[in-house]
Amino acid sequence: MRFLAKVANIVWKDLVAEFRTKEMISAMMIFSVLVIVMFAFAFKPVGDTVKAVSPGIIWVAFTFSGILGLNRSFVNEKQNETLTGLMLTPVDRTAIYFGKVITNFIIMAVTEAISLPLFFIMFDYGVAGSILHLILIIFLGTLGFVSIGTFLAALSANTRASEILLPIILFPILIPLMIGAVQSTAMIFDQKAFVEFAGWVKLLAVYDIIFLVVPFILFDYVLEV
Amino acid sequence: MHIKPGEFVSVLGPNGAGKTTLLKVLTLLTPPSEGQVHIAGRKVSEEQLALRKKMGVISHNTFLYANLTAYENLLFYGRMYDVPRLKDRVKEVISEVGLQYSLNDPVRTFSRGMQQRLAIARAIVHNPDILFLDEPYTGLDQHAIKILNQVLLSLTNQDRTIFLITHNFEQGLSMSDRIVILVKGKIVCEMPGKDLTLEDLQKTYLKCVGEK
Repeated sequence: MRFLAKVANIVWKDLVAEFRTKEMISAMMIFSVLVIVMFAFAFKPVGDTVKAVSPGIIWVAFTFSGILGLNRSFVNEKQNETLTGLMLTPVDRTAIYFGKVITNFIIMAVTEAISLPLFFIMFDYGVAGSILHLILIIFLGTLGFVSIGTFLAALSANTRASEILLPIILFPILIPLMIGAVQSTAMIFDQKAFVEFAGWVKLLAVYDIIFLVVPFILFDYVLEV
Repeated sequence: MHIKPGEFVSVLGPNGAGKTTLLKVLTLLTPPSEGQVHIAGRKVSEEQLALRKKMGVISHNTFLYANLTAYENLLFYGRMYDVPRLKDRVKEVISEVGLQYSLNDPVRTFSRGMQQRLAIARAIVHNPDILFLDEPYTGLDQHAIKILNQVLLSLTNQDRTIFLITHNFEQGLSMSDRIVILVKGKIVCEMPGKDLTLEDLQKTYLKCVGEK
């Protein structure tokens, strides 16, 4: 219970600071919108083309804008050495990790909730398939992205070129997650039944569990780097 | 090295002597490469969370969130330490450092001296038994130095243990029970602080550091 209260306190602190400055969320939003606009110009938005490219465009927009947020989540803690201040408090260090994961997830969810409808408008594309299934895939994909992304952001924050290093180490590890997310999103747009993409959903769920458990074990060592 | 409860110990030493590393080991940020640290009779490697609750740290870095207000910063740290009757305690410590009129201002608008005063409030919000200070006088204005000294005096009167790392001989000497001189990670001199004059300390320091 105390652990959860500490996690909630970290989330509160991060969200208050973020929604006061809108530093991360505005950068992520602008980037996400720009990616969608650029793809809207790059591809001729007609029926079959849109259907074929839209799952990829959506996930490219989500992950590229998400990287901007992840980069800031620990770099901001370097100002005034607040990360050291956090590490001095009587809290298990995994609470810091889970606090950051939840904050990053909320900020990404807000960005996605705004950029996804914009995508449908820009490509003049109505959502085919189940919205609930699409939300489930976006939830699992985003959770997997922020769980491993937050862990690696903590690792790269201690390096000099953290903003360059993070995408380089993160994207190769994201490949299974991206394949699963793009494939299942494509199947939803093709109005396939849930059983047909249930395998991809399981892959996303297993990925999420692994990358929530691994940092739980290793996060102490990452902060000591 | 053994520090008694309620003792005020100042550590002096040239750059690179290992003062900050010693502080990191004592505050459980870094494990020692050899040897062991016991605090209040407990081995630190075994009871880290309970021991961290007893410690407060004031450093030249403030550990404050620039985009939060003074009140929010203290509320955040107070919750991390499970401080009972937190809102009352926040008001108490903020008055102690003379920032009660800036409670709802974002820390980014504070001067260096105000930030350091708030950092003092942050470090004592949970009433720590042991206070560690790493070069706390760096960049402080006279008002902030006076407040810091008042806080230290008040903690000394409450029998709290204080461990100060400083380059400032005068400040280090004024309240110390004991002065320790560290060179290249080793204690080279140790002396009681009470009856020592500033001149004596300077001479002894040069002798200890020079000999090493």
